[in-house]
Amino acid sequence: MKEYSVIGTRVPRIDAREKVMGEAKYAADYSLPGMLWCKVARSPYAHAKILNIDTSKAERLPGVKAVVTGKDFNGWTWGFMATTRDEPPLAVDKVRYMYEGVAGVAAIDEETAEEACSLVEVDYEELPGVFDPEEAMKEGAPIIHAYRPNNVSVEYHWNFGDVDKAFADSYIVREDRFETGRVVTGFLEPPASLAYYDPSGQITVWAAKQSPYFHYRHLAGCFGVPLSKVRVIQPYIGGGFGGTKNDSVAGDFCVVMLSKKTGKPVKYIYTMDEVLTTCRRRHNMTVYNKMGMTKDGILTAIETKVIGHGGAYTAIGPLTMFLTGYGTPAPYRLPNYKYDAWRVFTNNPVSAAMRGHGFTHTRFACDIQMAMIAEELGIDPVEIMMRNAIDNPKRGDVYRAVNGFKLKTCGIKEAIKAVAEDTLWADRKKMPTEDGPISYGVGISGTGYHGGARQLGHQACAAIIRVCEDGTVNLLTGATDCGQGSDTVLSMMAAEELGVRYEDISIKRVDTAYTPVDPGSYGSRVTLLAGQATQLAARDAKKQLLEAGAKAWGVKPDEIEITNGVVSLKGNPERRMSFEKLAKIACYEGAGAVILGRGHSDYGVEEHLDFNNGTGEGGINFSFTSQTVRLGVDMETGKLDVTDFTIAHDCGFPLHPVSVESQNEGGAVQGLGQTIYEGFIMENGRTYNSTMLDYKMPRSTDIPTIKLINIITDDPDGPFGAKEASEGSIVSTPPAVIDALHSATGIWFKELPVTPEKIVKGLKEKGKWMK
Amino acid sequence: MKEIRLNVNGTEYDIAVRPYATLLEVLREDLGLIGTKEGCGEGECGACTVIIEGKAANSCIVLALEADGKEVTTIEGLADGGKLHPIQEAFVEIGGLQCGFCTPGMILSTKVLLDANPNPTDEEIKKGLEGNFCRCTGYTKIIESVKVAARKVRG
Repeated sequence: MKEYSVIGTRVPRIDAREKVMGEAKYAADYSLPGMLWCKVARSPYAHAKILNIDTSKAERLPGVKAVVTGKDFNGWTWGFMATTRDEPPLAVDKVRYMYEGVAGVAAIDEETAEEACSLVEVDYEELPGVFDPEEAMKEGAPIIHAYRPNNVSVEYHWNFGDVDKAFADSYIVREDRFETGRVVTGFLEPPASLAYYDPSGQITVWAAKQSPYFHYRHLAGCFGVPLSKVRVIQPYIGGGFGGTKNDSVAGDFCVVMLSKKTGKPVKYIYTMDEVLTTCRRRHNMTVYNKMGMTKDGILTAIETKVIGHGGAYTAIGPLTMFLTGYGTPAPYRLPNYKYDAWRVFTNNPVSAAMRGHGFTHTRFACDIQMAMIAEELGIDPVEIMMRNAIDNPKRGDVYRAVNGFKLKTCGIKEAIKAVAEDTLWADRKKMPTEDGPISYGVGISGTGYHGGARQLGHQACAAIIRVCEDGTVNLLTGATDCGQGSDTVLSMMAAEELGVRYEDISIKRVDTAYTPVDPGSYGSRVTLLAGQATQLAARDAKKQLLEAGAKAWGVKPDEIEITNGVVSLKGNPERRMSFEKLAKIACYEGAGAVILGRGHSDYGVEEHLDFNNGTGEGGINFSFTSQTVRLGVDMETGKLDVTDFTIAHDCGFPLHPVSVESQNEGGAVQGLGQTIYEGFIMENGRTYNSTMLDYKMPRSTDIPTIKLINIITDDPDGPFGAKEASEGSIVSTPPAVIDALHSATGIWFKELPVTPEKIVKGLKEKGKWMK
Repeated sequence: MKEIRLNVNGTEYDIAVRPYATLLEVLREDLGLIGTKEGCGEGECGACTVIIEGKAANSCIVLALEADGKEVTTIEGLADGGKLHPIQEAFVEIGGLQCGFCTPGMILSTKVLLDANPNPTDEEIKKGLEGNFCRCTGYTKIIESVKVAARKVRG
């Protein structure tokens, strides 16, 4: 393994000091003189025509400065692809989900704005709604969008190999129905934005975005201004996890329009109720999975039919449905694969991306189904995983999956071996299996997730390194750290490449007026793609520095090396100067020079993504995770106590071990919540658990003891060998918990979340309920 | 408007507040102490945690009037100038934070916990932080930070 100076060390996060002191400013913390407050008026119906909106009463309320409605946006809509731009900033002719925004108010304070919202009079004609995707697909169901009369927002049909023949030749074929939950990302910081539309026609916003450049394009399109006049300044972001903060919400458009109308800065901050009733959530999916195997437990084919619950608009749904099918041929060798997917509109809030995007649904189904077949065949679960797991390709070799994606490294076998040898699994039979009404179980999973996501459209990802004359360094990227630690990791990479100290790097947050365009944080792409761009930019800057140093010393540039801030001659280490001195020489050369390094990631452009056929390069590389779980289930009440996780994760190489660990721990605990209790309770479009008291997410008292094992595969395509961290563990947790629950109860639970009610029902059906 | 006197981080403020204003609003809007965060606004997430007379409180559900004449500590009151409090040092060293939005509240709850119990067990730490929600870290590194903080505070 290579030796690094900065990479792989446990430096403090670059933003830690500001954060522990309460000095880090988030969007809601920004204010401007004369600022107005915005609130959004929302529909009480899930599906209704808007006949008329009368804002006069609201406008007459003292303190109200302006009111906007959907018509103010002149028919502009947005969405992921040119063909799916179906969502207006505020509803125009009809509302498609409950609490969709219908008007925005700007007033002198929040209370007045809120009161004005209640004075906006809307005449609705209620329409029959449809809330279940399979109902929505039926003939005669209420039509939600005229451009999709069958309510199918996205549809893919992929076919690789020959599944029919493979099933016919299989020793065993199983068909099962799985369900994943309707869950929220759960960021703590509610969306907020402060906007100012200045008299020159420039828009400036401080907005809580994990993809600020998506928002920048939305604002340019919506307001018909050139991109050069949209300035999104990125504050600290209080968690993202995909979806809402990748995108724009009604409040984002309202504050800009209200600022344009009033000439004043306008701010909104969503309430947690708005987050839990109107913001993006994970698609819940029904997965009909068919799996074939030989007598020896070797996978022959998988046929997956997925119905994704899309909600009222398309958003990023085309990518969701692509990812849901894309990852199935890993981490196990799969020779034949068929995927049919439908993303369906309903009158529920919009589904979009969330950590573990797409993969979590199908890996859950496939991993559990494989364990079910292992049980039927009488094969040990670890043995069946090892028999099917993809080998780590020899350096230089490439494994090609049946749908074409490439693996240059694969740590799944090593990961399975690591958790199988760990005491949690190895000693499971020595541990008590029962204690009064409590039955204990240990389960295992093996999954994969890809990182460095690419999608369609403009994918530029660049970095700029500016070396200051005192030897310190500014790093500019368009990437967003929404908490994952990427600012720290990118700074470490810049320091490593340049040969300077980590503390000499200062990374700037996104300001679309100065930083390079970038898709932002999703698909575990920042460390990999912005990381590659940072490496290249640092090399470019270093080249310029070495040329200046070579000139000063009368040597060739490649005779000089820089380590830990010291510049020396390779053949004569006594000949040395400080990095600061070299920077000064380079910057003061001639009439004065500017040392600017630039680089952009160009990975994965050879094989373009094809959503309709399920092929192309979806990302840089795959992480692999194997996880064991120990839990106890109360056979009377169904209450679960999940006590231990062991997670072996192939992160390629842990660039910043602290962040890799924290990301994996956070992903696993988020995955635990979604496996055993998280889920929106909804009926006819209404959310019944729209507070953090009622929508349960894990607390400090709920977490298991987590043991992490890093599997190092040093991927040739990841910067410094890296792969993703955190999406892997959110994907590996649900099947491992379900397997442990099966080990404790003998029952396979196939619908998430597995609440105590479902457990008791399952126990009763099998005659195992303990009274 | 009602006149109240607040002692925040050792400084006395005589201010007029609306009778229904929460302590959180007054801290953020009137005193400019934006280190205290609003997450849920309903007393469930702990992002707005401050210390009132030695006890941790969700400032989003405390009226400013209720804090009249009392001593309030916010995150801004913990460091000594540029010198971090040992609890803050521990969170930095261990990496007990990610997005940072829960961090001020988490650190203040830790202070209340350690003031009462300088040598807590893991279970006592978990219980002490139960009211502070974190979605990023899975709590593991936060709990480790509290253990290190306890050692530092004990000296």
